[in-house]
Amino acid sequence: MTNRITISCSKDNLPKIRKFVGSVLNENKVAEVEAHKIILAVDEVCANLIIHANECNPSHNLDLTIKNDSKNIVFKIKDKGMAFDFTKYKEPSMDEIVSTRRKGGLGLMLVRRIMDKIEFTTEKNYNICTLIKKL
Amino acid sequence: MVDIKTTKENDICKIVAVGEVDASSSIELDNAMKSAFETEKKIIVDLSGLEYISSAGLGVFVSHLEDIRSGINLVLFGLSPSVLQVFELLGLPQLIQIASTEEEALNKLN
Repeated sequence: MTNRITISCSKDNLPKIRKFVGSVLNENKVAEVEAHKIILAVDEVCANLIIHANECNPSHNLDLTIKNDSKNIVFKIKDKGMAFDFTKYKEPSMDEIVSTRRKGGLGLMLVRRIMDKIEFTTEKNYNICTLIKKL
Repeated sequence: MVDIKTTKENDICKIVAVGEVDASSSIELDNAMKSAFETEKKIIVDLSGLEYISSAGLGVFVSHLEDIRSGINLVLFGLSPSVLQVFELLGLPQLIQIASTEEEALNKLN
């Protein structure tokens, strides 16, 4: 089954993404506390793409597709902003974040703890972030 | 969307957050926390009406951990299981005091 939503790159659209993901997980009878985590991971990636890759430019779009079978749920988030090089990403330590009073850096930490697989690829001018969660 | 209210009784500052704290609304929590940390020594945060928190909201609390280490007393309370698990994913209950109820939060302050 495939579900899809397209939003413009504004942080104000994040609740729409969460509501959409929540309704798909609800249809698939994912337990509430587990669904909350999955919604969070998708929200974090979308927030990063809106803010960093697309600089909150509302003329840019972000496209989220959710596909699932009995074993996995796969989220694909497509955008045309600046590509993110995941190979160069180094997770900061909590000590580093605390001592520098950083507010950023926690989002991807959460996504890595929630999702079973994270991939960032580029295809035909699109950046695609794929998140896979085993059910 | 989040509604933030700050009150003060005796020497205790109480911040109440109701709604959702995400990348868009975390600025409101940040402003309330910054103001409280400028003048207060004992702060409790009621999160019983908080339905959702993303890393942007967690970041607000984490950015004040150095202040907590330097003597400001902060206790969060009333977190739903869904919200608490987000704190647990990053091990934050080891760094920030979390209580179940307001009474327990007040006891932790003293």
